[in-house]
Amino acid sequence: MKYLSEYRDADLVAKYIDEIHRTVTRPWTIMEVCGGQTHSLVKNGLLQLLPEQVKMVHGPGCPVCVTPLHQIDKAVHLARAHDVVLCSYGDMLRVPGSEMSLLEAKAAGADVRILYSPLEAVKIAQENPGREVVFFAVGFETTAPANALSVIHAQRAGVKNYSILTSHVLVPPAIEAVMDDDEAHIQGFLAAGHVCAIMGIEEYYPIVEKYKIPIVVTGFEPVDLVQGILMVLRQLEKGTYQLENQYSRIVRPEGNPEARKIIGQVFEVSDREWRGIGNIPGSGYELRAEFSEYDANRKFDVRIPKVSESEECIAGQVLKGIKKPYECPQFGKKCKPQSPLGAPMVSSEGACAAYYHFLQVMEEVE
Amino acid sequence: MMVSEQKIKMQLQCPMPKLDFDIITLGHGSGGLLTNRLLDSGVFDLLKNDLLDKRHDGAIFDVSAGKMAFSTDSYVISPIFFPGGNIGELAVNGTVNDLAMCGAQAQYLSLGFILEEGLTMREFWDVLLGIKFAAEQTGVQIVTGDTKVVERGKGDKIFINTSGIGMVHPRADISKARVQPGDKILISGPVASHGIAILSVRQGLEFETSIVSDTAPLNHTVMGMLDLFGDRIHLLHDPTRGGVATVLNELARDVRLGIDLQERSIPVLEEVSGACELLGLDPLYVANEGIFIAVVAAEAADSVLEYLQSTPQGNSAAMIGTVTDEHPRQVLLHSKIGGKRVVNMPVGEQLPRIC
Repeated sequence: MKYLSEYRDADLVAKYIDEIHRTVTRPWTIMEVCGGQTHSLVKNGLLQLLPEQVKMVHGPGCPVCVTPLHQIDKAVHLARAHDVVLCSYGDMLRVPGSEMSLLEAKAAGADVRILYSPLEAVKIAQENPGREVVFFAVGFETTAPANALSVIHAQRAGVKNYSILTSHVLVPPAIEAVMDDDEAHIQGFLAAGHVCAIMGIEEYYPIVEKYKIPIVVTGFEPVDLVQGILMVLRQLEKGTYQLENQYSRIVRPEGNPEARKIIGQVFEVSDREWRGIGNIPGSGYELRAEFSEYDANRKFDVRIPKVSESEECIAGQVLKGIKKPYECPQFGKKCKPQSPLGAPMVSSEGACAAYYHFLQVMEEVE
Repeated sequence: MMVSEQKIKMQLQCPMPKLDFDIITLGHGSGGLLTNRLLDSGVFDLLKNDLLDKRHDGAIFDVSAGKMAFSTDSYVISPIFFPGGNIGELAVNGTVNDLAMCGAQAQYLSLGFILEEGLTMREFWDVLLGIKFAAEQTGVQIVTGDTKVVERGKGDKIFINTSGIGMVHPRADISKARVQPGDKILISGPVASHGIAILSVRQGLEFETSIVSDTAPLNHTVMGMLDLFGDRIHLLHDPTRGGVATVLNELARDVRLGIDLQERSIPVLEEVSGACELLGLDPLYVANEGIFIAVVAAEAADSVLEYLQSTPQGNSAAMIGTVTDEHPRQVLLHSKIGGKRVVNMPVGEQLPRIC
């Protein structure tokens, strides 16, 4: 853990916090895009250490949170009605669908499995040739290479009973969607370090220019975060807007060429619906036509009615940073991690759950 | 001799008897001929003692004056063999430890098996060896038992229930009612090792690691502690399912007091903390099997800690927090980097994160 402990150094964090206090002269609003950053800010108690003038808003970068209700319903339907082995990452299981979550489908008898890697799902398909295995491929650019690789593996090994239900989302179009929203007043961004580790940083230059906002590619440890925030604040105070890379120990400007190649080989950019936000053009990945036999959507022809979201959930406004989780009338009341109304209360990276778990702004009355 | 060497020695000393069947079938739980053949096969001779040998419907024994403690627990762990132990050891240590948390030395244990048809005799034998090993380590006798067999698919290889009774230490006075502001919270060893060892062998999540379960008897350490400190020990708890966070939340809720934890002081093995990092788990919520939390009077805390650190498994014992009348019913963690956060009760099982 040597590599991490340096970035959890209390003294260093205190130094950066001091520097932030010295730098700030007026109010600023900064969005951290990635849910992992939200989690770390809240878990480490960093938000209370920042000056009052610095308002951090929590962006849409929680893959579980933005996976549309309809996709979850599809996964549940596949698991129950088509008797497939439905595999996914752990925190996807508790997200409520319109009728039930995957965890509830599992309790009701469906074969739902938690995996850490889609390659495991290919292995399960090879071991169970008589059964269809579907991997629920959610995530940002970070999980795309592994999901793409699983399809390539399956194709090379001649595995026919494997497919993926894609619900991939991309960060840069989401930043633009936030900036285009008249209600969101974001003045600077911490870009998601791990997404940039895969994709590189080039996509962000046009955004910096178009909206004239500073963007700093930032890591996830306490020192990373306070340093990233300081870098944004310095630009804001000076009135400059540039793309900077705080996370250069991991992020190379060109990203990971090998991973990008695999993504490009298997996926193509498509429009994508985001839970709580709506359709964002060019914000997702679909399987290319030559891999259509691995596309669960085409393989199973799932036709189920589209159910609309709970009207009580303001997830969309939370994901765009317009409202804080505790400004939702249902926060901590009707909506809790054990009975979530919307997805941001489910994943530990969701802003609502992070606030609920670690801050408890609302006193819980049992 | 190391614990692992002792186990190997026992395996060599107790070879499996020759049997005319390799797997458990429904008939072995029927109560008829096959059941008797299983009982007479030498399989259960492993657990031999005078009370068990009477083969009566229950055990009859004398008791001495004083307080007794009684506890029960069921064991359904999957997989049944894991790095550092097996379900049999867990079933003995677990109930012995629950009694130890009452301040009692376990004396007698009941042992109920629910076997799934198809379990191999080899597996069953290895589980029984685990039981024998743990019984000898803890000094408890298995005095009554039961074996049922269910159809394939109706169980998961083997489920075990153990109940135990034991005499409470004459100087012990352990109860939640005794917890008061200012009390110190001590932990007897590093957290999260058991849960991570189990995860490392779960299907679909396998990863290579040398992390082993911390399953171990706590009774000797606890009895020694009570000999020395008696009623200055206010409460004992083993943070099994739900981990340290759950136990402390329950405590804060029940006694209507707050708890302040120092993240810096909480012992976690480096490998375990690395695995938690990778898997997206918080070690405070991961299960333990061989450590306990002691809430002790402030003036005795340093001496109790010194004692714990002198015991065989106690070298990383630590003082991790304080009971306070501020923020009642909340557990607050002072993070390593100087922030503060609430440690909440977990919701269901901790699920791994995506990225």
